Amino acid sequence: MNPWNHDVAKDEKDLIDVQVDGVWMQMPRGLNVVEVAHRSKKFIPHYCYHPKLSVVGNCRMCLFEMGTPKMGPDRKPILGPDGKPEIAWMPRPQIGCATGVTPGMGIRTDSALVKDCRNGVMEFLLINHPLDCTICDQAGECKLQEYSVEYGTGESRFVENKVKKPKNVDLGERIVLDDERCILCSRCIRFSSEVGKEDVLGFVNRGSHSTLTAYPGKRFDHPYSLNTVDICPVGALTSKDFRFQMRVWFLKESKSLCTSCGTGCNITVGSREGKVHRLTPRENEAVNSQWMCDFGRLNFHYLDSKDRLTRPLLQAAGQQFPGTWADAIQRAAEGLKKVKPEEMAVVASARLTNEELFVLKRLLAELGVTRVDGVQNLGQADSFLRSGDGNPNSRGAELLGLSSGGRKFSGWGEEIVSGKIRGLFVLGGENVIPAGISASALAKLEVLIVSGILQNETTRAAHVVLPAAASAEKTGSMVNVHGRLQRMTRAVAGPGEAREDWMILRDLREACTGGNSLHSVEDVWKAMSMEVPAFTGMSWAKIGDLGVQLESSAQAVPSITS
Amino acid sequence: MAISEQRLIFKHIDAPGYTRDMECYLKHGGYEMLKKGLAMGPSAIRDEVKKSQLRGRGGAGFPTGTKWSFIDPSKATKPIYLICNADESEPGTFKDRQIIYKDPHQLLEGMILSCFANGVKLAYLYIRCEFTFGHKVLEKAIQEAKAAGFLGKNILKSGYDLEIYVHRGAGAYICGEETGLIESLEGKRAYPRIKPPYFPAVLGLYMSPTIVNNVETLCNVKHIVEMGGDAYAKIGRPNNTGTRLLCVSGDVVKPGYYEFPCGGITLGQLIYGVCGGIRNGRRLKAVIPGGSSAKVLRAGEVFKVKEKDAQGNMVDREVKLEDLRMDFDSLAAAGSMAGSGGVIVMDDTRDMVECLANISTFYAHESCGQCTPCREGVLWLKKILARIAEGHGRDSDPGLLKDVADRIAGRTICAFGEAAAWPVQSFIGKFKEEIQLRIRRNGTAAKRDTISLTH
Amino acid sequence: MSTPLRAGTENCASPEKGEISSEMEKQADELVTRYPVSKRSAVLPLLHLWQETFGYIGPRGVEWIAKRLSLQEIQVLELVTFYPWFRQRPYGKFHFRVCRTLPCALGGAGKTFAALQKLMNLKADGHEGAMVSEDGRFSLEYSECLASCGTAPVILRNDEFYEKVDEKKASELVAGCK
Ligand SMILES: Cc1cc2nc3c(=O)[nH]c(=O)nc-3n(C[C@H](O)[C@H](O)[C@H](O)COP(=O)(O)O)c2cc1C
Ligand code: SF4
Ligand code: SF4
Ligand code: SF4
Ligand code: FES
Repeated sequence: MNPWNHDVAKDEKDLIDVQVDGVWMQMPRGLNVVEVAHRSKKFIPHYCYHPKLSVVGNCRMCLFEMGTPKMGPDRKPILGPDGKPEIAWMPRPQIGCATGVTPGMGIRTDSALVKDCRNGVMEFLLINHPLDCTICDQAGECKLQEYSVEYGTGESRFVENKVKKPKNVDLGERIVLDDERCILCSRCIRFSSEVGKEDVLGFVNRGSHSTLTAYPGKRFDHPYSLNTVDICPVGALTSKDFRFQMRVWFLKESKSLCTSCGTGCNITVGSREGKVHRLTPRENEAVNSQWMCDFGRLNFHYLDSKDRLTRPLLQAAGQQFPGTWADAIQRAAEGLKKVKPEEMAVVASARLTNEELFVLKRLLAELGVTRVDGVQNLGQADSFLRSGDGNPNSRGAELLGLSSGGRKFSGWGEEIVSGKIRGLFVLGGENVIPAGISASALAKLEVLIVSGILQNETTRAAHVVLPAAASAEKTGSMVNVHGRLQRMTRAVAGPGEAREDWMILRDLREACTGGNSLHSVEDVWKAMSMEVPAFTGMSWAKIGDLGVQLESSAQAVPSITS
Repeated sequence: MAISEQRLIFKHIDAPGYTRDMECYLKHGGYEMLKKGLAMGPSAIRDEVKKSQLRGRGGAGFPTGTKWSFIDPSKATKPIYLICNADESEPGTFKDRQIIYKDPHQLLEGMILSCFANGVKLAYLYIRCEFTFGHKVLEKAIQEAKAAGFLGKNILKSGYDLEIYVHRGAGAYICGEETGLIESLEGKRAYPRIKPPYFPAVLGLYMSPTIVNNVETLCNVKHIVEMGGDAYAKIGRPNNTGTRLLCVSGDVVKPGYYEFPCGGITLGQLIYGVCGGIRNGRRLKAVIPGGSSAKVLRAGEVFKVKEKDAQGNMVDREVKLEDLRMDFDSLAAAGSMAGSGGVIVMDDTRDMVECLANISTFYAHESCGQCTPCREGVLWLKKILARIAEGHGRDSDPGLLKDVADRIAGRTICAFGEAAAWPVQSFIGKFKEEIQLRIRRNGTAAKRDTISLTH
Repeated sequence: MSTPLRAGTENCASPEKGEISSEMEKQADELVTRYPVSKRSAVLPLLHLWQETFGYIGPRGVEWIAKRLSLQEIQVLELVTFYPWFRQRPYGKFHFRVCRTLPCALGGAGKTFAALQKLMNLKADGHEGAMVSEDGRFSLEYSECLASCGTAPVILRNDEFYEKVDEKKASELVAGCK
């Protein structure tokens, strides 16, 4: 997926001795000095270097002092009293991003020379930089701001006129550019060329007048464009969607998954006071590296759509009225039992988590209902991250034996019309009408229970509507299209009375069958790991923040660490 | 006190009746060395070049034989390229122009020999486009050479094929820097590459092994083949072998281009003897000995130079400016460099602020803008100097100029950083009183002449 | 309000007028053959060809070259704005470049430039690059070192190179513009 992975050595096991700030340690041969410092809990500040992009060495922030072993007349290193090589320090600083470690190399990350180098670069970068941190979206995440506190001098000795450049440039559908803030690190250009495979961005003019831009008339509308906002070390590239929303330090961060397709990109949900403000990619080399698509990133505004279902709805005399959860669960339980199990059909959406599906599975087993399937949701596959499967948990639903990917479902419309199916329970907010069941067929049903997120034609036809939590509002796990089991944690509570599906199902089960053994995600996992072969030996804790590759999945992850 | 030139490369240049046509070149023994070289074979030529101790004439003075030895044609898995650097853009330098315009076949012969020696089948001649006629001269010379079988397929029936194409720059000084040149030749902005890892010998043009040599360097190869490496090494001084083309400009009576054995002439002999002294009866104030990037030398300076004595022991010797030998090691020992051979002379009426502001304007204009210290620092230097030149200097300016320059040199992607910082460091170091005085008098002293042209 | 994209084209004139001759197409094809490894290398030669034909490189030139070499327009615009030789608006029929670098400055380039400016009656108009006379006859700009420092001051008038151009020679050169 990435053309480069500079944070991984060619051979992690080929260890050599290097000295970092006076301490000898072992590091993989050839790993660059920025990464070596990082692994030794030191820090070398940098702007242009990005582990997933080509190294250009233009910012000069990562300059460090380098030494090599002093050689004796026998052409062997001269050893000091500690048995380690004596080091000859070079007068000229080197860039950490482009220097791989060699045996006996000495590295100084905080000598007087190194400090002077950083000081100098900071002063240079700031002379033409506008002083508008107070209105800059990047404040709090800006490396220029951060490093100027650490490595700057505070005072400016620059009394000349600053170079003027375009501000507030409409770079594309989703991105605004402030050229005066740009420090010309070229990360965005390299991202769009090397990862995005499109040369949209470039520098025009020369020297101090160099300016980032796209060709007039060719906008930067790449489907992954917003990643450049993440990797821009300053506030030059900003997301129109997030601009002026919120100071980033107020945001609460929750680890979650993007559920807009089957890839399951790892994300961080940024929220404040119950409102989600942004989704950003969370690094996972086995899935999405540090990237995510713009579609998935921006697909969260529905969370506060005016169509959100916030209260249970009960149908009476052809109309829906708000009701209490107790009444709704009661009515739903009655409905499930009203028709014979073999006359019931259940849409076990592949948008539900494994935990939710598992509780559902229990319930159906207890009820004796066997007609269950998911609904196919086609996504727009691309050659990078996006999967053609629009459902985030198709594999999970399959592994739990609840879905055939919609093959069975495709016959249900006729079966309703012919009277074979008299009751339908739809989960996960699936709108079954576009999926193939006609409105007139729905009208024929004796029982239609729908648990969903947004109002749609299906919820409007339902006898009972159960308002459910959306992905950022719940905790659970999913299995992505490559067979990786991953988990998400709740960032915000659902609106109004909306509840997580697994709770809805737990209560429904209790009302239907009295079964109530599953009270928490952990409970569910205990049971799942025993009953679902693919999950054997697995637990909530074991999944961890980065997920696990399931043995049972034959599909390998595509060349991510290549 | 007349010192006579030893013309090797300039042998025929400006000689009456000598033209740039191949016919004329052949009449003067042209392409005989190509025949000789083809018979010698590649490794023999490489050996002779190594023995000659030839050092590159483009600026850095890197030994050509060593540069070539980084490339092993017998082991190369990718094609090897050679690029002739005819960008000649270092201020004060105008020697390559003479060769290109007046004796293009000499360059071609040297280039073909060098390509043959290194297994090169495709070579480019990168010429600055301000030589508006030069590229046509070269194109014609290439056509003539091809027609005569000296170039192209199966050269002189030796089985060796070589294509040389002329590629024109577009007015950017940084294209003289070899990796900037390579990027430019690849059709990109001339952003110099980081070294490591992009050493031309390994990851050069199209990420293949590449040799970049200056015009004069390549011409020398022809003469090395002619006289043999050992004989060539006897010209000049140890480690500073061969002849050197010197370009003198500025305030001398007879500016121009000259050729002497390397180190066979002193700075004083050059200025006062060869060039007729300082013009208008004035006195020397300052001289830049190796292109505008070299550190300035002040009249009256005395340098401590380490030298080998007759017994081979290292001894300190005091050398006056006038007695500095015009070779790589002597000028380096004096804290400057032989660089590209461009000697710029300033007389005692010249205002050092104006001169330095002019130089810094050049670098501010030419910075490619890729790396932070150079992009930001060099324009800053220019702005400060322009301000002083306009009569708005501040007492803190000399210190600030030095600080800024110190934070550029040694910290950039390419040697342009030093090229831009050295003039500032050396002018501030050597003419501090004058600059301070200029600042104190801000605006009150009438300007004698406007040289800064900071526009 | 946000600004539209136009960096690198602020000084750009409207699209170049005129036919692209088949001769020019042939020349372009020949130039591309000189770079068997990567035709992207042919950008500079094609930019020269275009500027020599149309006088400047506007949007038409950028797009023509990009298309010919299978590049994105930005990759061509990056070069047009990097290399000082290229211009994005028409210059005078007689374009003068005066070397301003130290040796020429020592030789009086400032006076030569001032004389030319006066003779051509040119004023700085806030544009990047050269000053252009209203009738389009003359244009004038400084250039960096032209590599003939021994015969300072030197200038280029279009493609013709002149040495030791003092004020007197400057006026002759202007007078000689026919
Ligand atoms: C800023 C800069 C400008 C340079 N300009 C030139 C030039 O115009 N011509 C040249 O031959 N070398 C120039 N060089 C030196 C080249 O990088 C390179 O060292 C040289 O072409 C190698 O040839 P040589 O070994 O034959 O000297 C320049 C170097 C720098 C850093
Ligand atoms: S916009 Fe940001 S990422 Fe792009 S070059 Fe400028 S500072 Fe770097
Ligand atoms: S690729 Fe899929 S999972 Fe990843 S961000 Fe896009 S929609 Fe979300
Ligand atoms: S030192 Fe100057 S010229 Fe060289 S790469 Fe850096 S910015 Fe460009
Ligand atoms: S991180 Fe920018 S030069 Fe190394």
